[in-house]
Amino acid sequence: MAADPSHRAIEAVFRIERARLIASLARMTGDVDRAEELAQEALLIALTDWPRSGVPDRPGAWLAAAAKRRLIDGVRHRSMRERKHAEIARELAADQEMSGEAVGAALDDPLGDELLGLIFAACHPVISPEARAALTLRLVGGLTTQEIARAFLSNEATIAARITRAKKAIGKAGVQFAVPRGAELAERLGSVLEVIYLIFNEGYAATAGPSLVRLPLCGEAQRLGRILAALMPDQPDVLGLLALVEIQSSRLAARTGPDGRFVPLTEQNRARWDQLLIRRGLAALDRAEALGGGDGPYVLQAALAACHARARTADATDWARIAALYDRLGQVMPSPVVALNRAVAYSMAFGPDAGLRLVDEIADAALLRNYAPLPAARGDFLFRAGRRDEAQAAFEAAAALTGNERERAFLLDRAAACTR
Amino acid sequence: MRVMVFVKATEDSEQGMQPSPELSQMFIDMGKFNEELVNAGVLVAGDGLKPSSFGKRVAFDGPSRTVIDGPFAETRELVAGYWIWDVKDMDEAVEWVKRCPNPMFGPSDIEIRPFYEMEDFGDVIPDEAAAIHDGVGEKLANR
Repeated sequence: MAADPSHRAIEAVFRIERARLIASLARMTGDVDRAEELAQEALLIALTDWPRSGVPDRPGAWLAAAAKRRLIDGVRHRSMRERKHAEIARELAADQEMSGEAVGAALDDPLGDELLGLIFAACHPVISPEARAALTLRLVGGLTTQEIARAFLSNEATIAARITRAKKAIGKAGVQFAVPRGAELAERLGSVLEVIYLIFNEGYAATAGPSLVRLPLCGEAQRLGRILAALMPDQPDVLGLLALVEIQSSRLAARTGPDGRFVPLTEQNRARWDQLLIRRGLAALDRAEALGGGDGPYVLQAALAACHARARTADATDWARIAALYDRLGQVMPSPVVALNRAVAYSMAFGPDAGLRLVDEIADAALLRNYAPLPAARGDFLFRAGRRDEAQAAFEAAAALTGNERERAFLLDRAAACTR
Repeated sequence: MRVMVFVKATEDSEQGMQPSPELSQMFIDMGKFNEELVNAGVLVAGDGLKPSSFGKRVAFDGPSRTVIDGPFAETRELVAGYWIWDVKDMDEAVEWVKRCPNPMFGPSDIEIRPFYEMEDFGDVIPDEAAAIHDGVGEKLANR
């Protein structure tokens, strides 16, 4: 292979291998923190060796072997005091004497089983969804603590502490770095999907701060969804989530106007929708439905997103189908937010009064009390019903509730339009 | 970032596909490489293209439009296939390309070109042009 590779090239190789390397080391040591350290040490060795020897043919296997040697050295060192560890060291050393090819095959993880195991461990329900997201971005996405902090508009110390706590919690609970089987799989998979969706949403519908979208998080969620779908191709919920993320991402360029303002779905320039992502999303949705996953919550949400993606113009949107999909989603995943979206769909399919009726039914839900989209939707229904004064009050109430500056500007514009 | 990765043609590839054990092996190797790209969440799209003898060119010069039938002469500059990849940066794209099995039997090139992204257009396209662009989009969408 190429001799004299630059540090940048070596770091790029390392980035490609990093998640699988950590996955393999975590399974070996049962300690994700140590696995991350060992991977970093392997990189340092590569940065010394590769400029002289060139990048090896199987860089992943090389890095894993280097990390493993450090592990054995470390264990030997401690074994001066602890006999039990000496046995482990012997075992590992014997292991290491496998032929080069066998080591390579063992470390290549062709089925991605180890990587999946790492994803499931990082998304384990013993840790909070926010901590799961941070840990997954760090271990699987390869983001630095600083990058994660910036993405979540948090500070580095907070994120670092969150990641440390999460690693400790995993160790304390004795979480296995393996894909769960049987009944446990469904529950644990739900936890993984929740994390990917949380990462995506935090990027797509930034809940706070000056900007509407935070692209790095959307990109990371997309990559995670694609990896998961590649490694678990027969799970309809995984395909549903991937479809949802791909289709929503197709609108990223269209949902922010030139002045940075939010552009609602019905007013977006559809020529700016990314047709490649739409095609990928629709294909994943088809596969999810063909596998019998049509009633999964992510599949239903992807089907909803697909209704918009298929409509050439806002006027061509099949709102009756969207209303029907929300009926089903409300049954499998009842929540005030789904109920609110259902009201919006009904208003579009059957007129503003149908929307008002449904929104008034849920107005007292505790979860929606300070939820800006509720008065915003109500304002829209009232506006379309010709009740301008009430609409203005609703938009102003919504503007007072939102934490996103761009969204506030949009809502105040709508309030002002009520007096024209 | 999104990149397009071009597999450049050779005299061989311009002859079309001749069944052979070597070609079968290349398909197997290429299939494994594609699987790696998919498993890493990198592969977005990709396809192979028929030789340029199946292609046509339209030459532009002022108002004139001249249709030229393939094959085209500058073989090594022709495209035999492409991928679209989602990668973190060009360094990562280069490392992935290095892992690609030889796409041709003889020496050949693979070229990586980044897509323009939203922010690249900010300063280049004047507001007027952007408005026309959007207007055209609207008309297309309204059709």
